[in-house]
Amino acid sequence: MVETDIPEISLEKLQAGDREAFARLVDVTSGHVYRIALQILGDDQDAEDVLQETYIKAYRSLPGFEGRSSLTTWLYRIAVNEALMIVRKRKPQTISVEANTSFDAEAESESLQIVDFCCLPEGELLSSESRAFLDQAIQNLPDTLRVVFVMRDIEGLSIQETADSLGLSESNVKTRLLRARLRLRQELSAYFSGKVQEEIHR
Amino acid sequence: MSEHVHTPQCKQLLGSLSEYIDGDLQAELCAQLEEHLKDCDNCRVVVNTLRKTIELYEQTPEPDLPQDVRKRLFFKLELDDYLKKE
Repeated sequence: MVETDIPEISLEKLQAGDREAFARLVDVTSGHVYRIALQILGDDQDAEDVLQETYIKAYRSLPGFEGRSSLTTWLYRIAVNEALMIVRKRKPQTISVEANTSFDAEAESESLQIVDFCCLPEGELLSSESRAFLDQAIQNLPDTLRVVFVMRDIEGLSIQETADSLGLSESNVKTRLLRARLRLRQELSAYFSGKVQEEIHR
Repeated sequence: MSEHVHTPQCKQLLGSLSEYIDGDLQAELCAQLEEHLKDCDNCRVVVNTLRKTIELYEQTPEPDLPQDVRKRLFFKLELDDYLKKE
């Protein structure tokens, strides 16, 4: 039996159209797929549409799956592409996922905010208000950076897996990841700066 | 709130920060960066808050797939026979 990267799921069974194996694949992976879609799109209904469409496409495409990437990476790639299609429909002018990849240290360093918010109490950093801000900050990232940050830092994929699931080179993923992280750091610094001042004067 | 006063070295290091935080930076560059951090308070804040930013996102609780969403997915895929009662 050819095992997939998910224990106890046989690729042969999946490719032969075995419904039980497919149901198991759906059960094991659907949480991840849904969260990826939700983080990219920020909308429950759109995320559910992506979830359903991902497995409909996956079922049809499974016989042609050649195992060049792992099964889960392949599945995430379908999901990301579905999610990006919705993003493009919303904003037809949006730039391609391939574009805008360089890192400009000059520009990035120009207005770096220096607010040491690490010192804030956990309760403050993890409050529901802060969480809502964290979520919003992700949605404010350009799509090209958001997808990389979601796969790598939220879903915990490696650089290589992120690259495979997005069809990008590893160096491209690294550059985007750095830009996404720096941008979020900027947003959080601005957000927490008032609270840091309050702490100091307390 | 202060803004970063940076030397050319700070800018050069900015491009390596992600790999540094992930522990993937080449030993030589890593040593250079740490040497710089000893003397540069601002860069230290940038590194620490960047690391904290990533940690905060990693700590965000991952919501489970809502039961109703799961159910509709299984029906859509005609897998409802395999819906376990939970």
